Amino acid sequence: MGLSRRDFLKVAAGGSLVAASSFSPAPLLARESKARLPEAVGILYDATVCIGCKACMAACKEYNHLPPDHSTPGSVWDNPLDLSAKTYNIVKLYKNGTGQTKDQAINGYSFIRRFCMHCVDPACVSACPVSALTKDSTTGVVKYDKGACIGCRYCQIACPYNVPKFQWDQAFPQIKKCQLCDHRIAQGGYSACCEFCPNGASIFGNVQDLRKEARRRLALKPGEVAHYPLHRVDSQDVRHRIVTPYLNHIFGEREGGGTQVLMLANVPFQDLGLPPLPDESAASQSETLMHSLYKGMIAPYVLLGGLFYLVYKNTTKQDLP
Amino acid sequence: MPKCKNSQTLPSHFGLVSRRDFLKFCGVAAAAMGLPLSMGAKIAEAVAALKRPPVIWLSGQECTGCTETLLRSTHPTVESLILDLISLDYHEALSTPSGHLAEEAKKKAIAANKGKFILVVEGAIPMKDNGIYCQIGGRTMLDILKETAPLAMGIVAIGSCASWGGIPSSGPNPTGAVGAAEALGGKFKVINIPGCPPNPYNFLSTVLYILTFKKLPDLDNQGRPRFAYRRLIHEGCERRPHFDAGRFALEYDDEGHRRGWCLYKLGCKGPETYNNCPAILFGNVGARSWPVGTGCPCFGCSEKGVGFTAPIAAQASLVHFSTTGTPFKGEERVGGGRLCLTPPQTFPPIHPPEGHGPSAATVGVLSGLTGVALGAGAITATKLGKKETESDDKAGKE
Repeated sequence: MGLSRRDFLKVAAGGSLVAASSFSPAPLLARESKARLPEAVGILYDATVCIGCKACMAACKEYNHLPPDHSTPGSVWDNPLDLSAKTYNIVKLYKNGTGQTKDQAINGYSFIRRFCMHCVDPACVSACPVSALTKDSTTGVVKYDKGACIGCRYCQIACPYNVPKFQWDQAFPQIKKCQLCDHRIAQGGYSACCEFCPNGASIFGNVQDLRKEARRRLALKPGEVAHYPLHRVDSQDVRHRIVTPYLNHIFGEREGGGTQVLMLANVPFQDLGLPPLPDESAASQSETLMHSLYKGMIAPYVLLGGLFYLVYKNTTKQDLP
Repeated sequence: MPKCKNSQTLPSHFGLVSRRDFLKFCGVAAAAMGLPLSMGAKIAEAVAALKRPPVIWLSGQECTGCTETLLRSTHPTVESLILDLISLDYHEALSTPSGHLAEEAKKKAIAANKGKFILVVEGAIPMKDNGIYCQIGGRTMLDILKETAPLAMGIVAIGSCASWGGIPSSGPNPTGAVGAAEALGGKFKVINIPGCPPNPYNFLSTVLYILTFKKLPDLDNQGRPRFAYRRLIHEGCERRPHFDAGRFALEYDDEGHRRGWCLYKLGCKGPETYNNCPAILFGNVGARSWPVGTGCPCFGCSEKGVGFTAPIAAQASLVHFSTTGTPFKGEERVGGGRLCLTPPQTFPPIHPPEGHGPSAATVGVLSGLTGVALGAGAITATKLGKKETESDDKAGKE
C-alpha cells in the first residue's frame, strides 16, 4: 500500500496539530510547585539532639493504636525493620567504620527518624486517582480516606520517601502512614512523638517557626551552650545543651518542593537514606506533562481522528457491512 | 559445695561461725569474682589455713559508710565472720581502745607485721596546705599514709573518696582532697574499690583473691579489679530491655515509673558508670535490692567525673557505641576489658535488607510456561485463520 501525497499531507497536518497543542501552550499550563500554607504545621527533627531512645516510636504506636511489628529477624519485642502498615515512625541508625563518635560521617554514627514528610506538594496526592489522599487546606497534613481508596498503591510508587505502606496481611487492606496525629490536633493536642520526645530532638509547631528555629540552630557555634525548646517550638520548657556541629543544610526546606517536616543532622542526608531531590516537586512536573497532553482533549481527539482516517482509507468498500 | 579437706573443722578463732556459713561465704565470694564454684573451696582452704591476715585500716576524710557496709555484708553472723576473716589490728571506728592507746596498738601491729599487713585506706586525703585539714593524733593523714604505705604488703583504697576523691573532692574542693593513689604520688600500686559505699563483696573478694592466689587481681587502667568493674551498670541492668524498647519513666511516680521502666530520663548514670551492682545486688535480701531496682536512678557514685560531679537529674551521655562481640579497639577491651556500648543494639539500618528476587528455577519454569502459552496461542490463531478461510471457501463454493 503506497501513501499518496494527499494522505501524507493530511497526516502531517494532523500530527503537527497534535505537536502544537502539546508543546506551544506548555508555558501557560506548567504547574508551579505549590506554595507553603501559612498555617501549616510540621515537625523539626534534629538528629544531633536525638539520643535514639525510641520514645517517639513507642508513643506513636500507643496513640495510633498500632500493633507490635516483629519484622526484625529473631525479634521478640516490637522491633520493626522499616516503616510498615504497623509502624508509622521509625528511628534508624547510620553507622560507619568503628561507629564511635555520634553525628560523624566517618567512623561515627547518627540516628535518623523516618516518617511521612508531609510534602508541600505531595506526589502521593497527585498520583491518587480517587482523592483518597488529600492535603488539608489549613494544617497541610496529608490525610488518607479509607472509604475512597481503591487499593491501586500508586501513592506507594509516587512517594519519593517510600512512606505509604499497604496492609498486605489484611483482607480489606488500607494504606497506612503518619498523619501527624491529626486526631490529636483536632482535639487541641499535637503529635505524640513530639510530646514524648524527652530531649527536644523532635519539636512540633508552625512550619514558619520551625524554619526560623532550624536557621537559629545552624547559626549556633559548636561548643557553646544553647537552649533547645522541648516538645513544641514555642515552648517555654527548654533544655540547655552544648551545641554540636551541624551540616549547613535544612532537609525539607526546598527538597521536592519542600516538606512540612524539616530535618537537621551532621551526616549527609543521602547517607541517612533521604533521597536527593530537585527543588521542583515531582507532582508539578508530572502534572505539567499530563495537563499539556490532555489540554481541552484536543491532542487525543486529533490523534483519534487521524487513526480513524487511516483505518477508513485502508478499508475497502466490500469490507463494510 | 565441693569438698574442702582442710576446713572440716574450722580454726578456733572463727568463733561462732558455722562451717556451713563459712563455706557459703567463700562460695559467694568466688562467684562475685567470676571464678568457678570449686574456687570457693580453694579460698576456704587458704583462709582457714592462714593466720588471719592483719589489716591496718586508715581513715581520712570519710563518713565511715564503707566500714558500715562491710559490717552488713551477708547473712547472720556476718560481723563475726568478717572480723574473723581478717585481723583488724587498727581501725579508728571499731577498735575498743581510743586515743593514745589505739595509736600505740597501731604502732605495735605495724612493727610486728612489717611487709605482711594489708593497708586499707578509707576516705579522701586533703593535700592543700600540707594536709592540715585532716589530722589524727596530731599528725596529718597525708603523713600517716606516706609513712605506712611502704610497709604494707598491699594497699586497698575502699570507697570513692579513697579511690578518686569522692564527696570531699567535689567542686570547689576546698581542702584539695584526692584519692590514695594520687596522694602517694603514684609510687605504689593501689587497688581501688570505688563506690559510695562499695559493695562489700567487691572488697572481700579482692582481699580473698590476694590471700588465695598470692597476687593482685586483674586491674583496669583505674586500678579497679576487673571482675567487679568490667561492665557498665547499663549493660547488666534489669531495666535494660525497657531502654532498648524505648519505654521510659518520665517523672517519679508516673505510669512508667510504677511499671518499672527505664530510669534513663530521670538522670540515671548507669550508661556512664562501671560497676557490678545489678549483678550482685546489696545486702543479700533478694531481687531488686539495688538503687535502680528500687526505682531510684543510678547516681554514678563509683565513677570519677560522674558521681558528686554531674548534676543528679542530668542525662548520662551515650558516647560510645560498638556492636556486641566485636573487639573495641579505641578504648581498652581485651578479652573482657572495659566494654563500651550504650545505645540499644537493635536499630534498623538505613537501608533494610531486601528480598533476593525470583530464583533461577522460578524464572526458568515461568518462562517455559509463558513460551508454551505463547506457542499454543500462535498455533491456535493460525488454525483459526485457516478454518475461517476454509469456511469462506466453502461459503464461496456454495
